[in-house]
Amino acid sequence: MRKQAKKPFDASAIPDNLCPIATTLSELRTGDWRAERPVVDRRRCVKCATCWVNCPTQCITEKKTWFEANLEICKGCGICAHECPHRAITMVVEEED
Amino acid sequence: MPKAIVCDGNEAAAWGVSRARVDMVAVYPITPQSSLAEYVSQFVADGIIEADLMDVEGEHSVLSVLQGACLAGARTFTASCGQGLAFMFEPYYRTPPLRLPIVMSIVNRDGITPQSVWGGQQDAMTVKEVGWIQLYCETVQEIMDTVIMAYRIAEDHGVMLPVNVCHDGNYLSYGVEEAVIPDQDQVDLFLGEKNTNWHAALDPERPMAVDPLTGGSGSPGPAMFTRYRMGLCQGMQNALKVIPEVHREWGDRFGRYYSPLVEEYRLNDAETAVVTIGSMTGAAKDAVDMAREAGQRVGLIKVKTFRPLPVAALRQALSKVKAVAVVDRSVSFGCNCGPVYHDILSVLYRLEERVPAISVIGGLAGADITEKHFLKVIESLASAQHSGDFPQQPMWLNEHE
Repeated sequence: MRKQAKKPFDASAIPDNLCPIATTLSELRTGDWRAERPVVDRRRCVKCATCWVNCPTQCITEKKTWFEANLEICKGCGICAHECPHRAITMVVEEED
Repeated sequence: MPKAIVCDGNEAAAWGVSRARVDMVAVYPITPQSSLAEYVSQFVADGIIEADLMDVEGEHSVLSVLQGACLAGARTFTASCGQGLAFMFEPYYRTPPLRLPIVMSIVNRDGITPQSVWGGQQDAMTVKEVGWIQLYCETVQEIMDTVIMAYRIAEDHGVMLPVNVCHDGNYLSYGVEEAVIPDQDQVDLFLGEKNTNWHAALDPERPMAVDPLTGGSGSPGPAMFTRYRMGLCQGMQNALKVIPEVHREWGDRFGRYYSPLVEEYRLNDAETAVVTIGSMTGAAKDAVDMAREAGQRVGLIKVKTFRPLPVAALRQALSKVKAVAVVDRSVSFGCNCGPVYHDILSVLYRLEERVPAISVIGGLAGADITEKHFLKVIESLASAQHSGDFPQQPMWLNEHE
């Protein structure tokens, strides 16, 4: 459960067949339906931030000497791999667990 | 003391709104509802209605604004008809499943094209299947009283549905009668505490998402969506119990009793009956009286609550006669008959004995349905019953006028 501005109030007394309401955040994340994941080769990454600038979901996070995608959010679009001037990012097919 | 005034149906509706102590009104003028919009606006300006009045750019915004207001806890009112109702349809269609107890007068107007600005029930009949409760009034006093009662029905916790109080354009909107304005303190006791958003709210103290995504093919989507659909049907069925209770309590407190679902007039020893809805009923009752004097055993069944369809009450009334003629002020183009007739057929199917029916269509676009028309209907019904030859086509009352 992630952070929510306020504690959810108790909705258990409200019949669940009136107006649809939700009092907790959905656990569904954009990273849940990715087909390919970006894998960063840390030896090639020069931390130029091109991937960080171009990521449509803004999921690139900064590490000490490289950048990488937050896989909870990353949809696997591959734009970072395409734009990387040092070819440091490779898209790898997600395997079923 | 209750105050008696002389007013038309549109003003009567505005007085009902004032007594219901609504918090927000949004309304966009359209003939023949316009003077109702003007009365409500004037009453707000004069402090007779202590509500916020939203002037918005069209009917789609009118109902959208009221949805937000209702979710924020307000008692709300609007009125529309005809093309205005058509433009309102997107939020209109969504209001019942949101379970918002909004009250809206429909000042019934015929549909265009052909161009017309006059009464007819084509507007309300076209939107009858989406989950609004529809109550049809017969008199000016009944409009005022029904607008107030509509809030009790809509806000009942077992119902929680929007209500259309329908009154015929021209004949009731501009028809003038004496009407009694009930005392405010008595109406306050009758309506009780308002609580329009206990189930779904825009309220920082109760953070929630209203109407998040449900449905789809993966579990639990289908179960959730089906549960809400069944809930709406249950709310409509609950209304069939609540509407008579509210009318009875109204009668006990204010002395004016109305048949809440279906009115039976001179029906107990009748062979045949005319089925009516709305303002045409007065002329129809006169015609029934005249036919009775001439020795014909005819009665009348008036539908007040059309949605939800009061199947049990209609079944009881229809089982007393051997044939009926159903008079509509609108057309079901898809079924080549009147829409009320079409629903009456569905009730007749549930009777033990077969009761044949004739569809009669009249009073379109402001045309008058007089006693003479109803006498003609009664005569046609009697001769069809005598010969056993019931017309398969509708009988169009104003065809040659």
